[in-house]
Amino acid sequence: MCLAVPGRIIEIYDQNTLRMARIDFGGVIREACLEALPDATVGDYTIVHAGFALNLLSEEEAQETLDALREIGEIEAELGLEDEEISSRDV
Amino acid sequence: MELSQAFRDGELVQRVVKEIRRIVTRDWVIMEICGGQTHAILHSGLDQLLPPQIELVHGPGCPVCVTSLELIDKALAIAARPDVIFCSFGDMLRVPGSNQDLFSIKAAGGQVRVVYSPLDAVKIAQQNPDKQVVFFAIGFETTAPANAASILQAKAMGLKNFSLLVSHVCVPPAMHAILGAPNNRVQGFLAAGHVCAVMGYWEYPPIAEKYRVPIVVTGFEPLDLAQGILMTIRQLEAGTHSVENAYQRIVSKEGNQAAQAILRRVFKPVDRNWRGVGTIPLSGWGLQPEFAEFDAENRFDVGHIQTHESPLCIAGEILRGLKKPIDCPAFATLCTPAKPLGAPMVSSEGACSAYFRYHRTQETT
Amino acid sequence: MTDSTIPSFEGATCPVPMRHDDQIVIGHGSGGRMTQDLIARVFSPAFMNPILAQSNDFASFELPPNAMLNGRLAFSTDSHIVSPLFFAGGDIGRLAVCGTVNDVSMSGAVPLYLTAGFIIEEGLPIQTLERVAASMQAAAQEAGVKIVAGDTKVVERGKADGLFINTAGVGWIPPHIHIGGALACPGDAVLISGTIGDHGIAVLSARGDLGFDAAVTSDVAPLNSLISNLLEAAPGVHVLRDPTRGGLATTLNEIAHQSGVCIEIYEEKIPIHAPVQAACEMIGFDPLYVANEGKVIVILPSDQVDAALKIMHNSPHGAEAAVIGVVKPAPSGRVLMKTSIGGTRVLDVLAGEMLPRIC
Repeated sequence: MCLAVPGRIIEIYDQNTLRMARIDFGGVIREACLEALPDATVGDYTIVHAGFALNLLSEEEAQETLDALREIGEIEAELGLEDEEISSRDV
Repeated sequence: MELSQAFRDGELVQRVVKEIRRIVTRDWVIMEICGGQTHAILHSGLDQLLPPQIELVHGPGCPVCVTSLELIDKALAIAARPDVIFCSFGDMLRVPGSNQDLFSIKAAGGQVRVVYSPLDAVKIAQQNPDKQVVFFAIGFETTAPANAASILQAKAMGLKNFSLLVSHVCVPPAMHAILGAPNNRVQGFLAAGHVCAVMGYWEYPPIAEKYRVPIVVTGFEPLDLAQGILMTIRQLEAGTHSVENAYQRIVSKEGNQAAQAILRRVFKPVDRNWRGVGTIPLSGWGLQPEFAEFDAENRFDVGHIQTHESPLCIAGEILRGLKKPIDCPAFATLCTPAKPLGAPMVSSEGACSAYFRYHRTQETT
Repeated sequence: MTDSTIPSFEGATCPVPMRHDDQIVIGHGSGGRMTQDLIARVFSPAFMNPILAQSNDFASFELPPNAMLNGRLAFSTDSHIVSPLFFAGGDIGRLAVCGTVNDVSMSGAVPLYLTAGFIIEEGLPIQTLERVAASMQAAAQEAGVKIVAGDTKVVERGKADGLFINTAGVGWIPPHIHIGGALACPGDAVLISGTIGDHGIAVLSARGDLGFDAAVTSDVAPLNSLISNLLEAAPGVHVLRDPTRGGLATTLNEIAHQSGVCIEIYEEKIPIHAPVQAACEMIGFDPLYVANEGKVIVILPSDQVDAALKIMHNSPHGAEAAVIGVVKPAPSGRVLMKTSIGGTRVLDVLAGEMLPRIC
């Protein structure tokens, strides 16, 4: 139910009373409805599903999440756990 | 996007999975309710890397699977009309009704168009004033805002030839139905990240409390899923049952208030029949009276629909995680992806079609 | 724990739920299982002969004993119905020429002559036809082939989506060359000549139905020059095939099945342009199943890989060639992919038509 992809807002305009935007998904440009993001500006990142921008994407939060996850790897190293790759063969 | 790539980092995923393996001490059953998460897990092979103690059970989080047979038959009847251009997401094209699917309606001459967004259907209505354009509005809370926007736009444009066939379903009532069932096996929940992007997760603490089940809002990239599972296992091992957010870059507790306001304006809670499960009270959304003119069920009289569902299909028990597809006597014999008896064998995320392929690959080894 | 040495589910596409036994539906033309079933049910029984049973994209046969020729001929045909007629990087004409040139070249043949049959919809501007013809001639010149016979029919408005083109082509296979889908050997390396998914996404973008504009160009191109260079530098090539309809995954399945081997590929090694990846993610397509019109899969002994890559990188349309996998003895007929996180996924044949999805 949830195929949504991140993209950058490159233009904002009105269309038949709806607030719309052109979004750049990384070399692919498409229109999306921005009604739910009245404060979004050009340059913001958002996540789009079925032509509708669901919410803003926070790069800051993303970085924090990644940093926290990287710390897990460090714990592993400190505990001296083996550095072997898990694959489907191990299960 | 580079950010998406970062959440697919194979090495980081491996580290998180190792941590899961390190801390798990006993068997646990975790459900992910979102079909998109089921798909992402199987697609990336994450399920194979998890330790054997963790059983992932796939919930009824796929609108394809749970749209009622009666509504599909209505969709087919509407799509067959010569004055109608029937627009739908691609997902619905192959779902079997009692006798046919949208694909065969198209082959027989019905005008059926696949669109990416309901707003595209509004454009089609504008471009075809002599036809009735109907959009099959399925989906969970993730898709509801797009469908609501299409109604608002159609109304603002004064379109008389646009309508929605609404089949919206909501997640929290489904969670209650699953967790409240007497033979429930689910001990931890991965909440659907994009549903929560819209709705927030303020609805979940009462559920976690009532059933004493940890709930972790989870995203869709391999790293997101691994993290969601790790946080759930940590809680299970510690015996806690709170709601946590592992998808902070998109989801906040209150969700997107502007989106929720749009939803409240256009939709109201209604009872909904979930295919294979039955009617769950107030588990869906229907159009508010102000927008009743855009309801395709009001606009088209398709007569009495006599549905025919296979008596052999145990989809309901599978969708609630009570039984596995291989427990079904019809599995891989009478019921296959080529000739499915029920919805979970149809969808790319359906538990039965996934198990079918696993079963088949075992045969070739 | 279950024996999960072989993993489950290849993801991406919906299996076909209904058998459309009495009428042709679009899925029959998608190049996947439905097409195979249709061929097996209707055409193979009707036309059955040993040459057709070779099941390659080309037919190769010897001439009668007193014919003045050594080696064999390769002969192939392809029909083109693409809409829109023009898209970034090409058009139906270029597609028609390159498609057949490539099919013939997959045998290791030097392509020589093409025929072209046109079914034109009433109302098509002549200028459009002129553009298409010019493009065909340009592609033919690029490939070094001649269009030597043709046919034209016109049908009523509404019966041909603008223009349909069929091309057939003949080529000559030198006697020492033996290439075919049944010849992959365990231990062989699997190469692709460049990025996947470009053509399918370029056409979708041009069609406009899904409302997106992708910075993607179709890869449609004649590959005979690349192939002849390759065969000179790496004469032990076992299999050549272009991953057109159904994409890389479907084509690898055909080969694995014909050769009775397992093909294992690595997700990280598959070259794909970022906008193609982005477009596929947006609409829920798997790039492994998206059509290509200027790429070739090369399966050859592993000791010839370096030579092959070197010559491909220096040949037209081979600059991004890469090793993507390996041939294994078992499980027979299976294609497996090691994912970027270390899992293994079964890649099945595309079942019906790939459709944009929201789930």
